[in-house]
Amino acid sequence: MISPTDQIKMYRQMLLIRRIEERIAECYGEGKIGGFTHLYIGQEAVAVGAINALNQDDNVIDTYRDHGHFLVRGGDPKALMAELFGRVTGCCKGKGGSMHLADAEHYFFGGTGIVGASIPIAVGLGLASAYREDDHITMAFFGDGATNQGVWHEGLNFATIWNLPVIFVCENNFYGIGTDVRLSSAFTEVHKKAAGYGIPGYLIDGMDVMEVRQRCEEVVRLVRGGAGPALIEARCYRYQGHSMTDPGRYRARAEEELWRKRDPIPRLARQMLDAEVVTQERLDEMEREIEAQVEEAVRFADESPEPGPEMLYEHMFRERYPSDPHA
Amino acid sequence: MREIRFYEALIEAMAEEMRRDERVFLMGEDIGLFGGTFRATEGLMAEFGERRVRDTPIAEAGIVGLALGAAFGGLRPVPELMTMNFAIVAMDQIVNHVAKMRYMFGGQFDLPLTIRAPGGGGTQKGAQHSHSIESWFVNAPGIRVVIPSTPHDAKGLLKTSIRCDDPVLFVEHERLYSVKGPVPEESEELLIPLGQAETKRPGRDVTLVAWSFMVHDALKAAEALAEEGIEAEVWDPRTLDPFDWDALYASVARTRRCVVAEEGWRTLGVGAEIAARLQEHLFHELDAPVQRVGAADVPTPYARNLEQAALPSAEDLFRAALKICT
Repeated sequence: MISPTDQIKMYRQMLLIRRIEERIAECYGEGKIGGFTHLYIGQEAVAVGAINALNQDDNVIDTYRDHGHFLVRGGDPKALMAELFGRVTGCCKGKGGSMHLADAEHYFFGGTGIVGASIPIAVGLGLASAYREDDHITMAFFGDGATNQGVWHEGLNFATIWNLPVIFVCENNFYGIGTDVRLSSAFTEVHKKAAGYGIPGYLIDGMDVMEVRQRCEEVVRLVRGGAGPALIEARCYRYQGHSMTDPGRYRARAEEELWRKRDPIPRLARQMLDAEVVTQERLDEMEREIEAQVEEAVRFADESPEPGPEMLYEHMFRERYPSDPHA
Repeated sequence: MREIRFYEALIEAMAEEMRRDERVFLMGEDIGLFGGTFRATEGLMAEFGERRVRDTPIAEAGIVGLALGAAFGGLRPVPELMTMNFAIVAMDQIVNHVAKMRYMFGGQFDLPLTIRAPGGGGTQKGAQHSHSIESWFVNAPGIRVVIPSTPHDAKGLLKTSIRCDDPVLFVEHERLYSVKGPVPEESEELLIPLGQAETKRPGRDVTLVAWSFMVHDALKAAEALAEEGIEAEVWDPRTLDPFDWDALYASVARTRRCVVAEEGWRTLGVGAEIAARLQEHLFHELDAPVQRVGAADVPTPYARNLEQAALPSAEDLFRAALKICT
């Protein structure tokens, strides 16, 4: 059973992701954010439910749709917004951008812009835990599209033969950019791909944060106990296009409507109100608090300086040599 | 001083660093029970066990990705790519991840991993198994490229690479493994800093720049040139990133002539960069255009005569030097 405090915490995290990303979309439209920006809106229950099943010193690694995971892991909304604005106060000092958020302090090993590429890296983190015989586990988030990449299979194979504490969490939103999973995958039920490696595969409802949390806690317990890797398929839906430049014309409006009816945020609100875990007044208050938090993040980003030109050659290497290029 | 072979120097380097630091471990295809396709990890599984000498599936991108993840996790992995040719399979992990994740994340993580990879041609292994593609990685900022030519340098540089807190690609030449050379006793710690070139033969008339196996061809060419009354300096950068530019400029400013030799393809090779920098820095000191010797721009052919025609040789170096010295 998830405690009332935890339910409220998860609600707040989902709402923060939703509101901050709505604001990110506006800032993108205003030209304050450049490059690629992929919104997580609709999928919030997965990051929130799954990451809350972990300890704070477990590892999380991600794809380019990484704003949500960064925040749930404990990343600062101001550092997120500043990173997107390309400011020196960003989590990666403005050098990463939307697709490359990372937070060493919170064991968040970053987003990569290459589909599937984080999988072997996640397994390497798991190898480090097994090597040291510590009890940390690693959780890797990726989309359905990643499961057709070669390195995804290489990673699962390594994790299995070496019995590593890694949980692979597939956020199956049914589209690899604009291509329907039925056109791209020989096998569309991602969790069953686990059978190819003889590891357990679980199917969960990624639109229900309580289910995600509970099921992930069970899997976390098994994996931390030495059961080896596991694959979780969380079915979910991104309400926006693949990135800011995608109007999403490849999807039927009726399909989108159907998924919106299952929106995880009002769903949890209803559950908590029904169970009298929270009052409507408290929810309204939370909405206002988050709005203020988001505005503070935008203001912080706006007022922060850009990285100075002297930073161009910084952070290349720990050990510098006289012949290295420098500003 | 005692003489040992190049592969024995590598084994000593890895064994010493593994004894010194529990975080150092090896992983790669057939490196354990089999002892390594080029014997470069022979005996290490017997000493360090399966935990620290890990045989892997044939999955090069996975090997590099796992090593990177383990480095993120605080270990100091030394993955072996069975050959440099397979680095092409792992290119995304090496270039997009290993080389970028420190910079891209604003310096939050140290990534101490040393990727060993034997490469090079001249043994009739055909087009896909004869690559000298170190220039590709020098072109990608974020990874050090170390490429020794002697057992001494191999040992000292591998130990330094493993202790380095940054990613290193450590390139070995397949034809160097059996080469013997002087190496101090194991009781004497041998560490060679990255970014320090070494003059393998002093000379005053022309600088022959060469690394890896080509150093041995350059030494042969220098012998032949000496018979013509030309004193060639053989200059080995030993590491291509960092590169000891100041030492190169000093040598060429003295000799006023330079030939760059590499086994990789000539077009856009490391030699092209060296020639470009020399004319930028020493235009008025040069008595002749910088010459480049490299492989013909074709996939390496199998037939012995064609392979020899495709790859650079001591004779090519000799002729290039003669052309600008007379």
